[in-house]
Amino acid sequence: MWKKIYEWLDERLGLNAMYTNLLDRPEPRGNWWNTLGSASLFLFVLQGLTGIFLTVYYTPSPDHAYDSITYIMEGVAFGWLIRGIHHWGATLMVVVVFIHMLRVFVTASFKYPRELTWLIGIGLFLTTLGMGFTGYLLPWNQRAFWATTVGTQIAGTAPLVGEFILKALRGGPDLSALTLQRFFSGHIWMLPAALAGLIGVHLYLIIRHGESYYPNKED
Amino acid sequence: MSDHELSRRDFIKVTTGIVGGLIGAVIGLPAIYYLIDPALREGGKDAWIPIGKLENMEIGKPYPFSFTRVMVNGWERTASSFGGYALRKSEDPNDILILSSRCTHLACTVNWNEEADAYLCPCHDAKFSREGEVLDGPPPRALDRYTEFRLTEDGSLEIFFSENKKTG
Repeated sequence: MWKKIYEWLDERLGLNAMYTNLLDRPEPRGNWWNTLGSASLFLFVLQGLTGIFLTVYYTPSPDHAYDSITYIMEGVAFGWLIRGIHHWGATLMVVVVFIHMLRVFVTASFKYPRELTWLIGIGLFLTTLGMGFTGYLLPWNQRAFWATTVGTQIAGTAPLVGEFILKALRGGPDLSALTLQRFFSGHIWMLPAALAGLIGVHLYLIIRHGESYYPNKED
Repeated sequence: MSDHELSRRDFIKVTTGIVGGLIGAVIGLPAIYYLIDPALREGGKDAWIPIGKLENMEIGKPYPFSFTRVMVNGWERTASSFGGYALRKSEDPNDILILSSRCTHLACTVNWNEEADAYLCPCHDAKFSREGEVLDGPPPRALDRYTEFRLTEDGSLEIFFSENKKTG
């Protein structure tokens, strides 16, 4: 019964071929350092899921942001768990993505034909930092407020365009409801969309080129 | 290798499945609870609510009343309005019919219409009699009644309101 359903689906979707190409690819000899990309992907999915759940109760308004998070932490069943995972997962994701990047650098895996994978990886790293920067403001507590004040002020020190960048980030000269709203929008829509798109290309390139061999003495 | 032995590949597959399933359960089950949590909560308190002085209620004429209850929903206090009509049927202070103005169809608010001699609902043209019986329209049953009421010493009428049931 299930076998027949599976066969029917496989004939149309090509499930077996997909499995072979995506999950059963031949890999060069590697070690645990080679699993950090998958770990990053897992963390991205985890952050996405817990983030979606957080939006059920979080409200991005200066009047209620802090109260809504207090409610998530103290009022809702397992709110502390969902937010805890999102909170620590964020830090972990930055760390894992960075170590992944270091591994690729150290093993020279960014060389031909994988330069584009590397460049997109840089984009992924910067977008991940952007997620951290925008997410940091959302609890709207003192630490969030002043961290964003400082962060946007630093961006404002850029020559010539500094003031424009500062105003564009804050949605005006000062931190306000507009800042919180646009950081929220960036954090849940724009940056995740960018991340998802870049991850798609990144994965495609990895599957296309396969994983790189570790360089040996002759290299 | 005999058939009974697990190959390295299969071991990895099974382990991945089990660990993945565990992670899914540890996050997924609390997440479901987190999502449906507000639906599992009991409503607020019960209370006696004064709706007006008995001397102001004309015999035979529906007397409108309304009140608001403040409830804490999440991080905010929300005021909800409730209302109804008290109808004295005779001089007897206990011969009172107190109707909820919440339409039994889809919970809009009905209004007493003197000309039509009926309660009319603006949403789907429901029509209830002076006694709250359905005269016309889609409602499945008569208007709800506040059956528990009392007169205080200074002559004001109070109804028993339970937030759990929404009507008396």
